[in-house]
Amino acid sequence: MILEVRDVKKSFGSLAVLRGVTFSVEKGEALTIIGVSGGGKSVLLKHLVGLLTPDTGEVLVGGVNIAGLDERQLLPIRRQFGMLFQGAALFDSLNVEDNIAFVLNRERRFAREEIARRVEEVLDVVGLKGIQKKWPGELSGGMRKRVGLARAIIYRPEILLYDEPTTGLDPIAADAIDHLIIRVVQILKVTSIAVTHDMRSARRIGQRILLLHQGRIYADQTPEDLFKSSDPVIYRFVNGIAGPQEQFEL
Amino acid sequence: MTSSAKQFARDWFSGLGRGSLLCRDLFYSLFKVKPVWRDVLYQMYFIGVKSQSVVCITGAFTGMVLCAQTYLEFHKVKMDTATLAVVSVGMVSQLGPVLTSLMVAGRVGAAIAAELGTMRVTEQIDALRTLATHPIDYLVVPRFLAMLLVMPLLSAASVCVGIFAAFLVGVCYLGINPTYLWFNMIHYTDMDDVMTGMIKTFVFGAIIAVVACDKGLNCPQGAEGVGRATTEAVVYSSISILITNFFLTLVLNRLLV
Repeated sequence: MILEVRDVKKSFGSLAVLRGVTFSVEKGEALTIIGVSGGGKSVLLKHLVGLLTPDTGEVLVGGVNIAGLDERQLLPIRRQFGMLFQGAALFDSLNVEDNIAFVLNRERRFAREEIARRVEEVLDVVGLKGIQKKWPGELSGGMRKRVGLARAIIYRPEILLYDEPTTGLDPIAADAIDHLIIRVVQILKVTSIAVTHDMRSARRIGQRILLLHQGRIYADQTPEDLFKSSDPVIYRFVNGIAGPQEQFEL
Repeated sequence: MTSSAKQFARDWFSGLGRGSLLCRDLFYSLFKVKPVWRDVLYQMYFIGVKSQSVVCITGAFTGMVLCAQTYLEFHKVKMDTATLAVVSVGMVSQLGPVLTSLMVAGRVGAAIAAELGTMRVTEQIDALRTLATHPIDYLVVPRFLAMLLVMPLLSAASVCVGIFAAFLVGVCYLGINPTYLWFNMIHYTDMDDVMTGMIKTFVFGAIIAVVACDKGLNCPQGAEGVGRATTEAVVYSSISILITNFFLTLVLNRLLV
């Protein structure tokens, strides 16, 4: 087991976002976490890489509980992760090449030519050859996400995290990102955990889907079982049907 | 105690605690992690070279006005040639370091807080952390080191330009004898005054870097948050400089027992 979350609870002030989340991920698995907007999916994802600390509970990465570690102790553990942020979070002050090569440049283990070759290689994987000298501000939303993914995979992490990878993209760009995520998982043989509320995307990129509902894991099923489920909560979410409490009064 | 007073006290103490933790991480990084000198050099260029014109103009006009005002008073007691000595001591130990630091706090402190604040609200700092890089190592240390290295140089430039401008005003406009004016300036300006000024610029540089980085790294969400962090960085570092200057003056002149 590469990752295990045990009874994680997290509140912000009086708002309880996670109320006891428990699940585990096997090596090489492609997991998707779905749930309503503002339901705590991104908060849960940030717990996995130690960007947030749980109020109670444990997050085990390769058997090590990262919940009690400080920022410096977390650095080598984070080296196992690659993360694609919702808005790509590219560094504005660096061009595409320096963004992608950020970790390699910091580690100073490789020659400049080797780093340039690796950047070219990952840009080829994400289908964006020859944009090394462009700046993040010159890229479209889809291109930014692909560069963000290239930055996350260049140092060959074991676990890839995607925070809403298709949000804000047109259907064609979203489709391209989905295919890219599947391709990356196949090529690099990494464990992948994606958070999304895009059901089409969730069905395609996940071998297993978790539904986060009211701060807990409500369902843990394969995409086929989830989409066939007659459970009212799952059925409403999968088919996008608002309940009485979600209806806006006019 | 009213709720707003309680809130103020809570914010003040939490800010103090945050600043202390930042200083702890900063000193750990300074002694344990090798800095990237390329980043330090870039920050030295941004903080030092780009601030030169601002601090030199400030120094020049401060020296000129100080010269004119001192002359008006000294002329009454026939001490015209001591004018530049007063300007020199005042500029070297007090006005040079303080005014340079205030100008740098306004220009660079605001820029640092805005840059780091924007990085925070756009998740770039979280991205940095997921890329196994400590934000203190990458963002704070180069700015802190650059500030320590360039502040004495900027202050020296400001002081030199200020004294030279005062000399020109004294000689060309007020008609003071240049030889006595220059001799008295050299005679009454001690090495202690120069050292006092230099020590102050180190301390003020550290204050600007720590306050601006703290405000940027802990910036509230949204555009309003970035704006508030920027304003607070300038206001808090300026006030801290003025208060610290008073106590440093007492300590460095052995007036505080």
